[in-house]
Amino acid sequence: MKIPLAWRQLTHDKTRLLVALAGIAFADVLMFMQLGFRDALFESAVTFHKQLQGDVFLISTQSTALIAMRSFSSRRLYQTLSFDGVASAEPLFLDTALWKNPQTQATRGMMVIGFNPERSLMTSPGLEGGMEKTKIPDIVLFDAASRPEFGPVPDLFKQGETVETEVRSRRVRVGGLFTLGASFGADGNLITSDLNFLRIFPTRSKDLIDVGVVRLKPGVDPIATVAAMRQEFASDVKILTKEEFVEFERSYWEQGTSIGFIFTLGTAMGFIVGIVIVYQILYTDVSDHLPEYATLKAMGYSDWYLLGVVFQEAVILAFLGYIPGGLVTFFLYDLTRNATSLPLYMTLARAITVLVLTLIMCLVSGAISVRKLQAADPADIF
Amino acid sequence: MLNLAKSQTSEPNFHDSPQPVIQIENLCHYYGTGSLRKQILFDINLTIQPGEIVLMTGPSGSGKTTLLTLMGCLRSVQEGSAKILGQEIHGASKSEMVKIRSYIGYIFQAHNLLGSLTALQNVQMSIDLHEHISNQEAIAKSSQMLAQVGLAERTDYFPATLSGGQKQRVAIARALVSHPKLVLADEPTAALDKKSGREVVEIMQRLAKEQGCTILIVTHDQRILDIADRIINMEDGYLSESV
Ligand SMILES: Nc1ncnc2c1ncn2[C@@H]1O[C@H](COP(=O)(O)OP(=O)(O)O)[C@@H](O)[C@H]1O
Ligand SMILES: [Mg+2]
Repeated sequence: MKIPLAWRQLTHDKTRLLVALAGIAFADVLMFMQLGFRDALFESAVTFHKQLQGDVFLISTQSTALIAMRSFSSRRLYQTLSFDGVASAEPLFLDTALWKNPQTQATRGMMVIGFNPERSLMTSPGLEGGMEKTKIPDIVLFDAASRPEFGPVPDLFKQGETVETEVRSRRVRVGGLFTLGASFGADGNLITSDLNFLRIFPTRSKDLIDVGVVRLKPGVDPIATVAAMRQEFASDVKILTKEEFVEFERSYWEQGTSIGFIFTLGTAMGFIVGIVIVYQILYTDVSDHLPEYATLKAMGYSDWYLLGVVFQEAVILAFLGYIPGGLVTFFLYDLTRNATSLPLYMTLARAITVLVLTLIMCLVSGAISVRKLQAADPADIF
Repeated sequence: MLNLAKSQTSEPNFHDSPQPVIQIENLCHYYGTGSLRKQILFDINLTIQPGEIVLMTGPSGSGKTTLLTLMGCLRSVQEGSAKILGQEIHGASKSEMVKIRSYIGYIFQAHNLLGSLTALQNVQMSIDLHEHISNQEAIAKSSQMLAQVGLAERTDYFPATLSGGQKQRVAIARALVSHPKLVLADEPTAALDKKSGREVVEIMQRLAKEQGCTILIVTHDQRILDIADRIINMEDGYLSESV
């Protein structure tokens, strides 16, 4: 077995190695956080869509995202019932209203969702059974993952207290909790019955709906059904499968806003910080040991061998730095999740992405610093 | 050792044939280009036979190191002929030069040991390059070599914890462990005090005689001239033989 020179060179100076690993870990954490935030924000934008229980969705062609919904005639929705594979068609109402914090009286906008309580259109955790209560006038269900600015509603409710406040100047009482979470468009959410919804928004008509939720009979292909509906319908409604509906919202935030760009830029910054740090370490290693490396060349070691040493050092640094970086990230994800109620989780895909980025980062630094090896001229060491 | 014996068969055997280890004819060397071009070596002729210990002396700046780097394939020959271990190196390719280097042991004024490796591992670096033997064998061989230079107790020391003379002895062990045919040393005692300087040269002389290798030492050190079979003198780029 040959002497593992790269390993020895790296580990000989423990302090320098620790500084290098801290630097790489820092770059990794930066990339993990930026990518994590980006994914979490996009994910939070579609949590609502994913919780909807339907196979085909109808929206107005003028709707661009959940924050900018236009209503359309419910007649369009009921037209779908004429299709063979359709089991049910249910209207869903969406709007934003000011909620008065029951403790501070400060108001803040939140999303109000209304649908027929007889139909379980949503699968939000905690919602089971809750819809029943919204059959009573002016009873609403409160999103326990809403931002804290709305008041300590979940805590008060769990303690058995009556939580009463005003939504859009109408007095309502909290009848239950569910979990959906804040998104770009809404800091908090309310669910109630379609009738209560129309009580809160008295100017709205029950014939103008925001989302049509169509369920298909078992075994019916949604893609084919959607294609058939598009053939038949006038172009004033968009007909989407569930995947397309989720993608519709996601692409609005990904492409229609600079959020994606900002976080990609943040990731790139982490990447560049990493390159600079690793370059510093590798370059210093080469230039500090120039006479020794030149001596190895004089002994008959080839340039390839020395190149290999530098690149091995780069790869070792990448892996060793990634481990603490990943561990710190787990901790920070947890912290952020609790502080922001963003769905920030480590995913295998992101773990691999950052590992690959770290490797590229270290190899790029290696490639820049090996140029210094050419200065190791064995003719100069005598 | 088996491997070493095998590898030797592919190279000329210097003990049976009268072929010189170094044969230089009409060698000239220049530094710089254009109007700055300056001739450093003038019409050098030198033949060194196997087993000889040759000392080269001469004032600083006279071209000794330049000649040594040319012979050691660390620099390309520009003019004239130089046969090292039987092979013409004028016009040799980079990979041929790297190959020839591995048959030569170099000892420098600075020891140039790798600071991240122990004395033993530094010596082992030379074995790694030449032989495919197991780790245990390489360690055994390295520590044996270190014992021969009087460092049996210091095998696991890092260079930073060794004295100048000890480091130079590790460098000698590294240069000789693979039984090179030719050892080139450039002022190996310059950085050492009198006593350890003398010791180092005596170790080199003894090992060279045991292994039958040829040694060329550049030195200013008057006290070590007695170990030489032959002394040559460089002055202003001209080489002359002392008698
Ligand atoms: N790489 C180089 N480039 C230009 N000139 C050099 C270089 N190396 C040595 N010289 C010059 O060549 C001459 C001989 O140097 P050198 O061979 O080192 O002599 P010595 O080893 O006898 O002291 C000196 O004048 C020195 O300045
Ligand atoms: Mg010199």
